[in-house]
Amino acid sequence: MEKAGSAREPVSRPLWVNAEITYKCPLHCVFCYNPTDYSRYGPELSTEDWLRVFRQARELGAVQLGISGGEPLMRDDVETMVAESSRLGYYVNLITSGIGLTEKRIAAFKEGGLGQIQLSFQDSTREMNDFLSSTKTFELKSRVAKLIKQYDYPMVLNVVLHRMNIDHIQQILEMAEAMEVDHVELANTQYYSWAMINRDHLLPSREQLVRAEEVTNAFRARVGNRIKVYFVVPDYYANRPKKCMNGWGTTFLNVTSDGLALPCHEARMLPGLTFPNVREHDITWIWNESPGFNAYRGDAWMKEPCRSCPEKENDYGGCRCQAFMLTGDATNADPICDLSPHHGLVTSVVEKAQMPGKPVTAHPLVFRDDANSRRLSGAENKKEEV
Amino acid sequence: MSAPVPLALDRVLELQRQFRFQWEPAQESFVLLYPEGMVKLQGSAGEIMKRIDGERSAERIVADLEATFPGVDLRDDVLQFLEVAHGKGWIRARTG
Repeated sequence: MEKAGSAREPVSRPLWVNAEITYKCPLHCVFCYNPTDYSRYGPELSTEDWLRVFRQARELGAVQLGISGGEPLMRDDVETMVAESSRLGYYVNLITSGIGLTEKRIAAFKEGGLGQIQLSFQDSTREMNDFLSSTKTFELKSRVAKLIKQYDYPMVLNVVLHRMNIDHIQQILEMAEAMEVDHVELANTQYYSWAMINRDHLLPSREQLVRAEEVTNAFRARVGNRIKVYFVVPDYYANRPKKCMNGWGTTFLNVTSDGLALPCHEARMLPGLTFPNVREHDITWIWNESPGFNAYRGDAWMKEPCRSCPEKENDYGGCRCQAFMLTGDATNADPICDLSPHHGLVTSVVEKAQMPGKPVTAHPLVFRDDANSRRLSGAENKKEEV
Repeated sequence: MSAPVPLALDRVLELQRQFRFQWEPAQESFVLLYPEGMVKLQGSAGEIMKRIDGERSAERIVADLEATFPGVDLRDDVLQFLEVAHGKGWIRARTG
């Protein structure tokens, strides 16, 4: 597709802005994809900072806004953000655990033009939900789900699946049906951040995965169009990588609580790249010109086997962060690909997950909380020391 | 999944609640936004969807368009598009 003489393909426009407005969270989920060293980040952006980011990204063509965290409702200015971003023309999605979603706030969001609410559940049972998030939140979340319906929002129920809850998938789907949700997202854990630390605890066996897909398909056949069900397969069970973020710097702009602009949720971990801060740069420069956003655009950065691969347009070599985490070099092929010389790093983990019963692990589950984050920030150069 | 679904001609049409319709300068096109997605509606599709405002029926929309673009017989195309949009779950007949 390369044109002779063109230095660089034209840069597409961002369509999706994800605003991680805070890393504060009342939950302590073991699969959280927030960075493990979040506790050492600087102060959160102000309301004015966020509104400026939304305005600038909107001018560049972004249409979808995710207000996310942490738990976004830990901030008291979400109402202002919803109203202003909706007025700017965004479709506004609130991504929440439901903790802090009072009737007063839900009514204010409606008034402000909030498009959709994505509510996360950790499992269909109180015991597992509360255990996995290290809180007592199940009853509260159930009440919030009723409230969301009462205010007639489109609702996505998001359940992160893994070894400890995937066998409850029938009950999870029945819960979604009882809640009358519009969509269910059964997102198998992907292994970044906290989930990476807890990988041996979380990766399901192939048998668990196959059964979960069978149950999901039977549910789909029964409910038809009434509830849309997405089932996201874990990367580790694929033999080709995902087209991560639809391509680096093509579609997605993530802004962290302290103002860093990133091409994905995780890119902050990549060594040797500097990402711009929205306090210092405008979004147009960040998106079009900043070295961080240009680092993995196109295919000039690729190594073999990607470079000459006839499938490179399908997945752009997969996920840079996964390549870095597993091989130590972000320019390698994502080792999920069975053409990668490092694919064995994935299959060895998958093979371990086939052993029945409780997995043998180096350490107990690590919950996402400030104390663990501080510990992990200190250990940042000592890989996987927990 | 999205076969055309007939609509009563005299019923007022509105967008389904999860959609947002607007002109998008960056796309130089009308678009329909929905949770985590966007459909571009070019040319006549945009002109038709612009008239789904919770006040007009299919019959009124055909009449409006024929007045805006005189001399063209648009009826069949417009009704066909509305049935497709209905089948895709973008629009519905208003109740009450």
